[in-house]
Amino acid sequence: MRNPLADTIVGIQPSGIRKFFDIVTEMNDPDVISLGVGEPDFDTPWHIRDEGIYALEKGKTFYTSNSGLKELRTEICNYLHRSQGITYDPAKEVIVTVGGSEAIDIGIRAMCNPGDEVLIPQPSYVSYEPCALLAGAKPVIIDLKAENEFRLTAQELEDAISEKTKLLILPFPNNPTGAIMEKADLERIAEVIIKHDIYVMSDEIYAELTYKGRHVSIASLPGMQERTILINGFSKAYAMTGWRLGYACGPEIIIKQMTKIHQFAIMCAPTNSQYAAVDALKNGDADVEEMRRSYDQRRRFLLNAFREMGLECFEPYGAFYVFPCIREFGMTSEEFAGRFLAEEKVAAVPGTAFGASGEGFLRVSYAYSLEKLKAAMGRLSHFVEKLRREKA
Amino acid sequence: METREELLRIIERNSRIDLKDLAVLLGTQEIDIVNELQALEDEGIICGYHTMINWEKTSVDKVTALIEVRVTPQRGQGFDNIAERIYKYPEVQSVYLISGGYDLLVTLEGKSLREVSSFVTDKLSTLDTVLSTATHFILKKYKDHGTILGPQAEDEREIVTP
Repeated sequence: MRNPLADTIVGIQPSGIRKFFDIVTEMNDPDVISLGVGEPDFDTPWHIRDEGIYALEKGKTFYTSNSGLKELRTEICNYLHRSQGITYDPAKEVIVTVGGSEAIDIGIRAMCNPGDEVLIPQPSYVSYEPCALLAGAKPVIIDLKAENEFRLTAQELEDAISEKTKLLILPFPNNPTGAIMEKADLERIAEVIIKHDIYVMSDEIYAELTYKGRHVSIASLPGMQERTILINGFSKAYAMTGWRLGYACGPEIIIKQMTKIHQFAIMCAPTNSQYAAVDALKNGDADVEEMRRSYDQRRRFLLNAFREMGLECFEPYGAFYVFPCIREFGMTSEEFAGRFLAEEKVAAVPGTAFGASGEGFLRVSYAYSLEKLKAAMGRLSHFVEKLRREKA
Repeated sequence: METREELLRIIERNSRIDLKDLAVLLGTQEIDIVNELQALEDEGIICGYHTMINWEKTSVDKVTALIEVRVTPQRGQGFDNIAERIYKYPEVQSVYLISGGYDLLVTLEGKSLREVSSFVTDKLSTLDTVLSTATHFILKKYKDHGTILGPQAEDEREIVTP
């Protein structure tokens, strides 16, 4: 029989997350405390769920237009205007997608020719590199550094640019490091972007979850809106991961082509979710604020716990992750995470699952109740002491 | 002060939280928390540290009733005087002045239906200013003080996700 598979997809490595997931699942131990999730622990606020239920009751069960409900696109534009001061045309510059992840995929496909280089700062979310490969583009990794608090510097960007560079992925606030880019950082990046005439895909899915001033989008800087695809969604801010709803905003010329791929591959994002999302944007600000406050408290709790056990960690100001350094134990991230799981029954994802530059770090999610985090930190402290005794 | 409100929000849900933990969560020092709590008590903002108990799960018999009371307000005192006469009874849990179809909403706790009804007929209805009462017995508490009393949903998330 002929090989049924395509070389491109076979050549793509399964994500390191998957590998770790399999190890945890295999253990199948109810005592395991997980710090491994990338989604909120909160339920979707009830008024949003209620709106979804109401939409079903009213029989809103048909396709929407390819780019999404007009009312939702309008609310998205209102939100970006009030939070970032950016003006988008809901008719031409917005597309509603199946999660932010679809927007990443179709955005890269709409913008890259085979051989075009896509700059991907890492550690970062797992799908940029495979999406670039699937589009026939060439991923070029920029290794972010702990001493820069995992921010992207203009010099690092400059060094990675070649004449084939087409697109920079800008994943901030960042999963897995929790790093943010402040306005001054972004201004220096924008300068390089404009100088070299390249484009930016700014993945701002954690925009609402920052703990040091409000998030600033690179699209809001002068001259940047016309070269930025802004990606956001409802999963993280409104705890709506399972609803699968995100969006992309950008120049009409790019959105038009993204809509074409979306039209053929997806048709439209789930109708029911879209109705719920309208309510999220209209009435959800207080919920987001409350969740942000909880995350911030937990963030402080974890950082304090690390400090007390003498574990090195820069202070992250975004998303719901902290990224402690485990180099002192002389183990790889995978070894550390593996032993931590086996010996203390806590699942935290090795930093290398998010790129080679995550080596020496561990992603700890704080999308968990304080009680859970407390128990987990007790186990971590025990583990850290044990390892130090072993070394001594 | 923002921290003050955040502090209140936390202890409103969990008044037994460790002072040290509170300081960490709010990014401040333990001594500041102690001082702030004292100030909040002195100012009458924190009025108590009560415990929420689901008495249904104990062997203690308790009946709770909500009583709507219509009254004639008194010249010069409005409803305050009559409210005071009602809230002085220790079995009365709460007294609210209400807008709408009646004036006072009284929550009452008793050992039995009979105890509650005798309070209503003997004490409450006989007050001069009380025009009428309507008593509603609580059959089941689903949620109280923002806390759902039934079984809680478990964490159904996948154990590791990107």
